[in-house]
Amino acid sequence: MKMRIPILKLKDTLIVSIQVELDDQTALQFQEDLLDQLHKTSARGVVIDLTPIDFIDSFIAKVLGDVIHMTSLMGAKVVITGIQPSVAITLIELGIRLENVKTALDLENGLEKLTRELEA
Amino acid sequence: MEHGSSIEINTEWDIVAARQLGRNEAKETGFGTVDQARITTAISELARNIYLYAGKGVIKIEPVRAGQRAGLIITASDEGPGITDLQKVMEDGFTTSGGLGAGMPGVKRLMDDFRVETEVGIGTTITATKWLH
Repeated sequence: MKMRIPILKLKDTLIVSIQVELDDQTALQFQEDLLDQLHKTSARGVVIDLTPIDFIDSFIAKVLGDVIHMTSLMGAKVVITGIQPSVAITLIELGIRLENVKTALDLENGLEKLTRELEA
Repeated sequence: MEHGSSIEINTEWDIVAARQLGRNEAKETGFGTVDQARITTAISELARNIYLYAGKGVIKIEPVRAGQRAGLIITASDEGPGITDLQKVMEDGFTTSGGLGAGMPGVKRLMDDFRVETEVGIGTTITATKWLH
């Protein structure tokens, strides 16, 4: 039943588009896979696009928050893109604050933001 | 139209099954995308609490009608350890699982009505309702 989230490499950036509803195991596997790819490719930045995701519960939020912190521990930067209105509303009502997380409206803006971050 | 359904929570996979069921019921009841997300998220949190604290339990999702109002009732019941200090559990930021769940106050905010019945050593039943506006 275990799924793997594909991780694409474009120059020095890893691009992830999460298109399936994340169960716990898939989320944890993704965490491991992403850090593994960072290590292998020496990528400097990661964009995680959540456009197709229509809800995020506290567990997925925790895994996402953790993966962002782990990535920065490894010296790379992360931008989260495509958070839908319903996801933003439920996350805040649930009381979850993804603090210090860089976000952008969509993948295109996210890549631009990441490029600026990496140049800074 | 009384089509409610229930699902047993025994494994992590049942959490996914419960929220998928909840999303479908919410859609069928006529909720918009934001309320669908609220209901799906609330079910996910309640199912996870059962899995984490009681090991097993049941999530029931039923349509309700009260006068002019229609909605969806979520009942999460288990025969787990029960909640010792309900007041504390209802405080924002309180956790005994190291921050795995967003906690009950979050679920309460997502839903319209929220009721907890709990007895130590007997179990817990949480009833949460969302009304169509």
